[in-house]
Amino acid sequence: MDLKLDHRTEDGLTIVEVEGEIDVYTAPRLRELLIDLVNKGNFHLLVNMEKVDFLDSTGLGVLVGGLKRVRAHDGSLELVCTQERILKIFRITGLTKVFGIYASVDEAKEAHGKDK
Amino acid sequence: MATVELTFSALPAHVRTARLVATAIARRTGVEESLLDEVRLAVGEACSRAVEAHRAHCPGEPIRIELRDDSGRFEVTVSDQAPSDEIMQERTMDLGVLSDSFLSGFGIAVIAGLADDVEVFPSPKGMRIRMSWPATPNGHPSL
Repeated sequence: MDLKLDHRTEDGLTIVEVEGEIDVYTAPRLRELLIDLVNKGNFHLLVNMEKVDFLDSTGLGVLVGGLKRVRAHDGSLELVCTQERILKIFRITGLTKVFGIYASVDEAKEAHGKDK
Repeated sequence: MATVELTFSALPAHVRTARLVATAIARRTGVEESLLDEVRLAVGEACSRAVEAHRAHCPGEPIRIELRDDSGRFEVTVSDQAPSDEIMQERTMDLGVLSDSFLSGFGIAVIAGLADDVEVFPSPKGMRIRMSWPATPNGHPSL
């Protein structure tokens, strides 16, 4: 499956919906979207990965790159992910300590609201 | 021992094909279904790393994968021809240290975390990553 990307803003949080495979071929598209969102002033991003079938280290690099960009504006980049096979990659690389990872968009929105 | 060999140009689009081929052969060799995701990811990581290395050093050269059914194990070897002396180092995880060069080592870190058995052979003539998983006798015996 290819990569499908969509985004919307709710309660000050820009939710990026990702569907499909994030790998060395498709990751540049996600990178471009994250850069574009940050350039347009969206500094609080929530990437919903519930429909991601595959994620490799290239994808991790894009997410880390996005996090560095939003942090430069005192922003945040957090994730929604409950899929064990995807979470395993974050655990192997130690990135569970770097990203906030939530079980649902609602849970992330609630946490984001408390932080404001 | 049965072997399938695949060579492909250093194009990102071909990495998915390599993943699909490796997963299909792993299944046929008798690798447990629960391990197939790990095979897919580890082979994808090895091929992605090779593609990036070739694009930087020798874009015209092909990357080679060998998939073997060897004495109850499914073995995959990904070989590239780009000079490499990458060595993984333990570092504390902090956003400040996550430079692009550090992130380029993630692929091997992921492979090491996924494959049952991994050997990485860096050399000035290219890197070879060999990884293997147990294959059950209930699988199809021949490739």
